[in-house]
Formats: sequence, C-alpha cells, structure tokens
Amino acid sequence: MMKKLMVILLLLSPLLVGAEARPLGDDPAIEARLKSLSQELRCLVCQNQTLADSSAPLAEDLRREIRELITKGMTDKEITDYLVARYGDFVRYRPPMKPQTALLWVGPGLLLLAGLGGLWFTLRKRNAQLPDDNEEGEEA
Amino acid sequence: MIPELGQFALILALLLAAAQSVFSFTGAARHNEIWMTAGVSSARGQFFFTGMAFLCLGYAFYANDFSVLYVASNSNSALPLQYRLAAIWGGHEGSMLLWTTTLALWTVAVTVFSRHLPAVFRARLLGTMGLISIGFLAFILFSSNPFDRLIPAAMDGRDLNPLLQDPGMVFHPPVLYMGYVGFSVAFGFAIAALLGGELSPEWARWTRTWTTVAWMFLTVGIAFGSKWAYYELGWGGWWFWDAVENASFMPWLVGTALIHSLAVTEKRDAFKLWTVLLAIFAFSLSLLGTFLVRSGVLTSVHAFATDPKRGLFILAFLALVIGGALTLFALRAPRVGLGGRFGMVSRESFLLTNNVIMVAAAGAVMLGTLYPLFLDALGMGKISVGPPYFDTVFVPLMMPAIFLMGLAIFARWKNTELPALAIRLKWAFAVSVVTALILPLVMGKWTPLISLGLLMALWILTTAVVSLRERLLKRQGSWLTALINLPRAYQGMIVAHLGVAAFITGVTMVKGYEVEQDLRMSPGDTAQVGSYQFRFDSIHDEPGPNYTAARAHFSVTRNGNPVTVLEPEKRMYTVQTMPMTEAAIEPGLVNDLYVSLGEPVSNQAWAVRIYIKPFVQWIWAGCLMMAAGGFLALLDPRYRRRNKDQQEGEKA
Repeated sequence: MMKKLMVILLLLSPLLVGAEARPLGDDPAIEARLKSLSQELRCLVCQNQTLADSSAPLAEDLRREIRELITKGMTDKEITDYLVARYGDFVRYRPPMKPQTALLWVGPGLLLLAGLGGLWFTLRKRNAQLPDDNEEGEEA
Repeated sequence: MIPELGQFALILALLLAAAQSVFSFTGAARHNEIWMTAGVSSARGQFFFTGMAFLCLGYAFYANDFSVLYVASNSNSALPLQYRLAAIWGGHEGSMLLWTTTLALWTVAVTVFSRHLPAVFRARLLGTMGLISIGFLAFILFSSNPFDRLIPAAMDGRDLNPLLQDPGMVFHPPVLYMGYVGFSVAFGFAIAALLGGELSPEWARWTRTWTTVAWMFLTVGIAFGSKWAYYELGWGGWWFWDAVENASFMPWLVGTALIHSLAVTEKRDAFKLWTVLLAIFAFSLSLLGTFLVRSGVLTSVHAFATDPKRGLFILAFLALVIGGALTLFALRAPRVGLGGRFGMVSRESFLLTNNVIMVAAAGAVMLGTLYPLFLDALGMGKISVGPPYFDTVFVPLMMPAIFLMGLAIFARWKNTELPALAIRLKWAFAVSVVTALILPLVMGKWTPLISLGLLMALWILTTAVVSLRERLLKRQGSWLTALINLPRAYQGMIVAHLGVAAFITGVTMVKGYEVEQDLRMSPGDTAQVGSYQFRFDSIHDEPGPNYTAARAHFSVTRNGNPVTVLEPEKRMYTVQTMPMTEAAIEPGLVNDLYVSLGEPVSNQAWAVRIYIKPFVQWIWAGCLMMAAGGFLALLDPRYRRRNKDQQEGEKA
C-alpha cells in the first residue's frame, strides 16, 4: 500500500505548490497540553513507550481522543482519571500515591536517610575506637 | 558438524572451568605451586574452548546454517554479513554465550596481567572466577543451548529483529558486557581477600586498576546504547528508565561508588569492609540485571511462571553467589582492621557520603524497577513506573552528591576546615549561582529546573577551574607543560568530573530548550522550526538489502543560507514485514537537527516530526569524558611502577 502511495506522490510532486506546513493539530495550546499529558501516559500496546513517543495506531487514536477531551474543556486531572478508570493505574507512568505504592514513593528518601545516618554513626564510633595521631595529612 | 564441535567445546569448557576452580582452591589451600599452575592452565584452556564455541556459533551464522534452531530464529540469508555476525548475541542463548565468553576473556586477562600478585591470592581469584564460569556454562548447556538442532532444517531464517539491524548492535552489547562482566574481577578480588583475611592498600591498588577498566567499558557501553536509542527509535529520546537500561545503570552507580571508595582504601587504608561490600554489590547487580533481562520476568511475571526453568536457574545462582559472598563477608569482617583515622569533615568523609548517596540512588532505581514486578506477583494490581517517577526521585538524590563532588576535590585527607574551604570556594560558588540564574534569562526561557541543572554543571566546572588554578600557580614554566605534568590521577579526576558537568549541561539544555513540531507535510512544503527552515523536497523509493525504503529529502536553511540536507527513511523489512523509522540527524556542538518520518496521512502528505535538540551531543561526550578520565587515571605511574618493583622483589 505504501508503495502505491509513493508512486502517486512521485507523480503528483511536481504539480504541488510549496506551502507552509501545517501542524498535525490546529491549536498550539492544545498540542502543548496533549504533549505534556501524553508524556506521562503509557502506550498500552507498546513494549515500554509513552503515548507521546509512540507511533502505534492505537496510540494515535488515543491521542486524538485526548485532544477531543481537551477541546471539550476537561482538565488534565479529569482526563487522567478518565483514562485510569478505563485502563487502570497501568496507564500512568507516574504511579499514584496509594497504600500499596507508599513504599515506592518514600523508599528512596528512607534509603538515603538510613544510609547517611548509618554513615554518621559508623564514623563517630570509628573515631572513638581509633587513637589520635598527628601525622601530616597528605594531599592527593 | 561445526555446531556439534561448538557443543563439544562448551562441554570441555565447563569441565575446564571446574578444573580451574578445584586446582586453584586446592593449590591455594595447600600452598602447592603445581596445583596453582594447573589452575592457571585450566583457566586458559577454558578460555580457548569457550572462545571456540563462540566462533562455531559465529560460523553457523556466517554460513547460514538454518539447521541450527538459534540461527534460524535470529538470522536470514538476506541479512548483511555484519548483522549476521551481530545476530550471534541477538537472542537469549547467544547473549549468554557472549556473557560467558567475555568472562573467559577477563579470566585469561587476569592470568596474563597478574604476575605481580601473590600466587595464593591469584589462585583464589581464579578459583572464584572459575565458579562463576561453571554457573554460566552449566546454564547454557542445560537450559539455553545455542547449538540445538532444528530438524528438518528451515528453508530460511526468521530474521533478526529489524530494530537490532544497526551498527549499534555490532558494538553496544560486547562493550557493555565487557563492563558488566568485568566487575566479576573486582568480585573475585574481594572474595580472594576475604578468604585470605587480608585487605591491604596494595589490594586496593590492584583492584582499582581492574575495576576502573571494567567501569570504563560499562560507561562507554551505556553511552553507546543511549545514542543508539536516540537515533533508532525515531523520537529522539536518549534514556527511558526502561528496566533493561536500569539493569546496566545500577551496577554503574555502584561501580562508580566502588572506584571512589577504593581511592580511600588505597590512600588511607580505611573503609576496607565497605569497599569489599561494594565490590560484591557491583557484581551482584550485574547478575541481577542478567536475571531481569534474561528470565523473561520483565515482559510478564506470568511468562516467567509458565517457563520458570531459566529464571529459577539464574535466581538460584544469584542467591548462591550473593548469599555465599555475604556469608563469607560476615565471617571474615571482624578480622579486618579499621585503618587510618580521619575527621568528620575530611576528604574521606566526603567521598564516603557520596558513596552512600550513589548506593541509595542505585537502591532507588532498583526499587522503581522491581516494584511493579512485586505488586503484580502479589496480585496487588498492575502499575507502571516510568520516567516521571525516576526523574522526580533521582534528581533530588543526585544534587547533594554533585555539590559534594565540588567540595571533595579541595578537602584534605584526614581533616579539613570548613571555613577555610568556604573561603577558597566562595568565588566558584558566587559565579556558579549568578551565571545559573542569569544564563537562562539570556537564552529566553527561565525555569527553576533549568537554573538548577546549570548550577550543578557550573559548580563542577568552577571548582575544577579553581583547583587547576591553585595547582598551576605553584608551577614554573609555561601553563601548558605544567598542565601536562600534573599527576595523571589528578588529570583523570578533573576530566571525568568535567564529563559529569558536560553530561548535566546536555541533559538540562535538551530538556529545557528542545523544540518539537509534529507536522503534516507534502513535498514542496516548508516548515519554520526554531531559527531553521525545513523544506520537504521530495520522497522516493530506495531498495535496501533486506528492506524497501521510502527516502525523503529535506533541505535545511537558516536565514536563507543552506545548512544541510537530511534524508529520513521509512523502511519496510521484508521478512518480518515490520516498518521502521530511520531518523535523519545533523549533529552539532550546539544543536542537533532531527527529522523523522511518521505515517502517510493522506495521498500526498506525511506526518513529520522535526526536533531541534540543543546540546544533546554533550550527553554522550560527557560519558566519553568520564571514561577518558578513568583511562588517564590508569596511566598514573604509581600503578605500573610499584607493580614492577614488586615483580623484581619477587624475583630476587
């Protein structure tokens, strides 16, 4: 099919008059919102790709649908909620804060605090164990 | 015949790996030199036969032997030769063979470049590496044999996944594996030291060389992969926090911590246990990555459950290696001394704080990678953890580390005075803050994130400049000779740190100032993107070796002056009838121009994506600088000189 298209294109190309290219969407403000929204959403038929980056037909359809929802005046949150209701939390690349994801969100902070706290106490204990010495420090 | 030869070579390699372990450990235990020498010979034999198996598989691909199941599944007679050879590691079985071949290569490198090591220590090191070889060779022979026959043979192969038909596939996996698997040497050093119960500064120096080489490979390998994703996937992303990417990034983070911690152990004989633990972790994370990627657990927890043989094998192996290493660690840890004393504010404490942050960051990456798997396995719902999560979590973790990076190069060993440090660095700090605040305004868009990113990059740059200046002012003669005469280790550190600055600059600029347009264009149309004008001149058919392509022709101008010609393609691979987008990129120091073809949207018009990506090349240039820094540091004469002294001492 693509080949046929290309033949047509080739035949037509001399006849075409150059023009300023049109954006795929009409309203740049809507496109910007669509982009920021779809960057946080998962393309459900892809291996691991955002809706913004995917060129799968289903992603194309979903983007068109989101564009319509934006035009209808829905807020970003309403659109995300609508998609979550339809596809589940799986569709969001930023997992929601819930009891079962609490550890996911606080974990990194806890790790850092535990690590730094552990280091602090180890160093204190270590310095108490080691005798003082007054050698000159060397510079690397 | 050749595949059977490969199969036979693998069996011999397994036997020799067993011999390598048994001879080495027994020899070390009895201080028997003949046994230890036999261990070395077995290790070399193991390399010979593993390599031979690898070549046999390569030959099967070269000769299009579709009676081998693995070849039939991953190659095709129309596939160009370089991709037929790269297809050796295009699937699971071959990847594992590459893994174990790389391990054998590192093992043989150890036998060649370790004459300066005490014989008993070297034997324990080779014994440990032999155990790992046994695990992987057994895994290949019993669950992932690439030489399995397909009877009757296929007429032709099912082809290599078109995504992988790229020069990136030829270089990225071997380089990455050199890094990944290279940490097995550091692991072997750690285990050998624990077995001997001795952790000397010498030990740290030996380990440092090997670890740095592995780390360099890993750095370059990851950068390679990122660059490949950038031009191959058609949307110009360079990092997606995909589980497979994270699997290589976690060992990198811990490996980076390890080379810094080794510095403390070598210079100050301190934090030896922590260093050993990091060496164990770095390799364990390499294994974990292998498990994640190879068990199928990533695509679906359920896929893993239905065919658990491979996954369970690696999981058991993982438990054995980590469990065994940590048990040994717990048994021997009390014997290891504390080393030199240092204050709460000193270069040691700064380096260790950054170590802790790096490990916490690796932990955070692991949490994000494994969390959805656990939730799914426990039946608590399916979630996706993607870039928004990792960006939110990772950047705040890294900020204090970057700040300390600037401080640490000024801090003195043992003890340093904070006020003195502040005075030395006040200008660097002031210049960084002011520039970071004003520069985005000059460039026409200010956001807190852009400012913060620039601040981090500038802080590394200015502290490096101040440090260099202080050193060079003490010198006589020209600045250039003084610069060249600085210690290699110091030069390496500065270059690697500036690499981090370049990397952060690239990330900040491309996130902050990227211009993207999704357009609908017919031949003849022009589009104004940023300050560039893109004209869609024409599109025509272009036959490839195993695909047909539609190749578009774009001429790019800026203020009427021609800049470049870009020819993005849309390819249809004939065997798997899979469409692929081949983006056209004009790379530049300041801007990348990026055009990719989408789908045809009507009879004449195509969906076209045009990006202007500022400073994106700095991301990979930064990675290469980090690796170059590691290389410079390795040139430091102290690694060679002292090794040589010792060698002569041994002979005398």
